[in-house]
Amino acid sequence: MRPRLSAYLQVAPLTAVFVGFFVLPIMLVLLVSFFEYQTYQLLIPAFTLQNYVDVFTSSVTYRTYLSTLRFCVIVWATTLVLGFTIAYFLAFHVRSLRWQMVLFLLCTIPFWTSNVIRMIAWIPLLGRHGVVNTVLQSLGLVDAPIEWLLYSEFAVILGYVYLYTLFMLVPIFNAMMRIDRALLEAAGDSGATEWQTLWHVIVPLCKPGVAIGSIFVIAVVMGDFVTVNVLGGGQIASVGKTIMTELSYLQFPPAAANALVLLIAVVLMLVMLTRLVDIRKEL
Amino acid sequence: MAEWTTPPLPSKRLTRRHVLHGALASAGLVLGQRLLTGFPAVHAAESTVLHIAGTGVNQYQQIAAKAKEDVGVTIQYTSLVSDDVVKRAATQPTSFDLLDSEYWMLSKIIPTGNMRGLDLTCIANSGRIVPIFTQGTLPDGKAVSRQGTAPIKVSYLPSELATTFATEPTQWMTLIPTVYNADTLGLRPDLIGRPIAHWRELLNAEFRGKAAILNIPSIGIMDAAMVSESMGTIQYGDKGNMTREEIDKTIALLIDAKKQGQFRAFWKEFNESVNLMSSGEVVIQSMWSPAVTKVRQMGVPCVYQPLQEGYRAWAAGLGIPRHVSGKKLDVCYEFINWYLSGWVGAFLNRQGYYTAVLETARELMTADEWGYWMEGKPAQGDIVSPTGEKIESAGAVRDGGSFWTRMGSVACWNSVMDEDRYMIRKWNEFIAA
Repeated sequence: MRPRLSAYLQVAPLTAVFVGFFVLPIMLVLLVSFFEYQTYQLLIPAFTLQNYVDVFTSSVTYRTYLSTLRFCVIVWATTLVLGFTIAYFLAFHVRSLRWQMVLFLLCTIPFWTSNVIRMIAWIPLLGRHGVVNTVLQSLGLVDAPIEWLLYSEFAVILGYVYLYTLFMLVPIFNAMMRIDRALLEAAGDSGATEWQTLWHVIVPLCKPGVAIGSIFVIAVVMGDFVTVNVLGGGQIASVGKTIMTELSYLQFPPAAANALVLLIAVVLMLVMLTRLVDIRKEL
Repeated sequence: MAEWTTPPLPSKRLTRRHVLHGALASAGLVLGQRLLTGFPAVHAAESTVLHIAGTGVNQYQQIAAKAKEDVGVTIQYTSLVSDDVVKRAATQPTSFDLLDSEYWMLSKIIPTGNMRGLDLTCIANSGRIVPIFTQGTLPDGKAVSRQGTAPIKVSYLPSELATTFATEPTQWMTLIPTVYNADTLGLRPDLIGRPIAHWRELLNAEFRGKAAILNIPSIGIMDAAMVSESMGTIQYGDKGNMTREEIDKTIALLIDAKKQGQFRAFWKEFNESVNLMSSGEVVIQSMWSPAVTKVRQMGVPCVYQPLQEGYRAWAAGLGIPRHVSGKKLDVCYEFINWYLSGWVGAFLNRQGYYTAVLETARELMTADEWGYWMEGKPAQGDIVSPTGEKIESAGAVRDGGSFWTRMGSVACWNSVMDEDRYMIRKWNEFIAA
C-alpha cells in the first residue's frame, strides 16, 4: 500500500494544477458554449446547439479555417526547413562548444524584446515608404514601391517564420546533440555519404525533436490573432481573431463554441502527429 | 450665430448630500492649507483615491495632477479599448469607482444593473450642461440628429437604480458628459491634391490600396453607412439602427471594395491610425480628431475634412457604478462637480474636444483660444496645445468651423443596433472575405 500512496501523493500537485487550471476552465467553456445570449444579458443558462449550428453553417468558418490552416502548413514547412538546417549546422559543423553556445544565443536575440515590438518593427521596414522599398527604388530595381510587402499574407508568413523558427530549432538542436557521434562514424566507416548519413541516421533520430517543434508551431499559429492583425493590416481573418471579435462584443456563448471547435481541431492535428512519432523517446 | 446664454440655475433643495459636499469641500480647503503650511495631512491617505476606467480619450495626467491640487483626490486611470470598457463594466464593475463610458455603450451597460444614476441635485452646474444631452437640441433650440444612440435617448433613468432608460428628463442622469465630438474622414491633402467633399470618396477607385476604415464593428459600419448613403447605393431608415437587409447591403458593398483592393489596412487603435496616415500608407481614412492633431504635430499635413453629408458624432461621460456608496460616493460627486467647474473644460476644449459646460470653460480660455476652437474664427496668434506644443499659427481656421456648424451637422451618433448580433457576424464575414 505504502508505495502506491506515495505515488499518488507525488502526482497530486500536478493533477491539482491540471484540474484547476485546465480541466475546470475547459468544462466551463463547454458549458457556456450551449448557453443562449442577448445583447442585454450576457449568459442565459440553456441548452441550445444554435452556437454550434452557427459555427458549422457559416461559410466564414470554413474560409477562416482554410486560411488559418494554409498559414499553418506554410509556416510549419518553412520553419522546419530553416530550423533543421540551422540546427544541423550548429550541431555538426560548429566544432567548439563555446561557438555553439554563442551562435545559439544569437538565434534568441529576437526574443530579447516583447512579441508586439518585434512585429511592429517590421512596419517601417516593409512599408510603402519603408527601408526595403526605398533601397529597391534607389537601386533602380523597381519603379514603384512594392505594395505586397506589408499588410499582406506575405507579411504575416514572414512574421510567423521570424517569430517561431526558434521554437522549431531548439528541440531539433536538442535531439541532434543527443545523437551518439559513434553512429555517424560507423555510418561513415560503412561507406555512407554525408547525405546518406543525414537521411538514414540523423533524420530518423531527430523525429521526436521535429514533432515537439511542430507541436509548438502548429498550436501557436492556429491560435494566433495578434501577428495576423498587425502584419495583415487587420484585413486577414484568423480563427483566433473571430473569437476575439465575438468576445469584444460580449458574445461569450458563440465565442466558447468557436474556441472548442478550434481546440478540437488543434488536438486532432496533434494526435495525428504523435501517431507518427513517439515523442516520449525524447523525454 | 446664437449667443452664449446662461440658463437660470434651478433652485436647489438643501439635501444631506449638499451639506456633506460643503463639509467635504471645506475639509479639502483646510487640507490644502495644511499642505501648504507644512502641517502633516493625516486624512490625505484616507479613501480619496478614485479609480477611473475608460477609453482614455480624456485621461490626461495633467487633469489628475490638477484634481489632486484642487480637490485632493488621487486619480488612477485604467485605459481600455472601447470594447473592453463595456466588458469591464458588465463583468467587473467593482474594479473601478467611476466609469468613463461612451453613450452608445450604455444600452449594453445599464441593463446589467451595475450602474447608479447621478443625482442632478448634487451637480452644481447641472442646469448649464449643453442641451444636446439634456434636451436633444443645440443651445439655440435646433434639434440634433437622433439617428443612432443619440445621448438624449440614454441620458436619463426613471430612478436611481433603474435598468431601463427614461423617455423624459428626470432627476437621475446615466452619465455626466465629459467630452464629445463630431468625427469625419481624415485626409492627406498633399497626397490627394484635390478637394474632397463627400463620404463616398473613401471608396473612390482613385484611392485604391490607400484607404482605411476602422475595425470596431459598431463604428466602422456607421462610417460605411455614411459612405454608401453618399454613393446613393442604399437609403437607410436609421443608420444607427439598421435592419438585416440594410446590414447585408452595407457589408456586401464593403466586401466588394475589399476584394478590389480598396483598403490598405483596418485599424482598431488610435495610434494605428496615426501611423497609417503619417507613413503615407493611407491617404484617406476614418479618423478621430486628436489623431489628426497628432499627425500634424509630427509635421505631416493632415486635414479633418468636413463633408457635405455631415458628421458621425460620439459622446462620453462619467458614470458611477452601483457598488460605490457613502463617503466614496460623495468624493465622486465632488470630482464631477470640479470637472464641470471650468479648468478641465478649458483643457479639453484646447485639445479640440467639446465639453459639457461651455460657460465655465470659456472663463479660463483666452478670447483668441475661444474664437479659434469654438467659434471657427481665424487664430490671432499661435494656437498652443495644453501641453505647450504649437498646433497652429495666426490666421489658421479650425477644420469644419464653429461648434454650432460642426455639432449642427451631425448626421448620426455611434450606436448599438438591435441587430447587433447579426451585424457582428456579418462584419466578421467582411474581415474574412
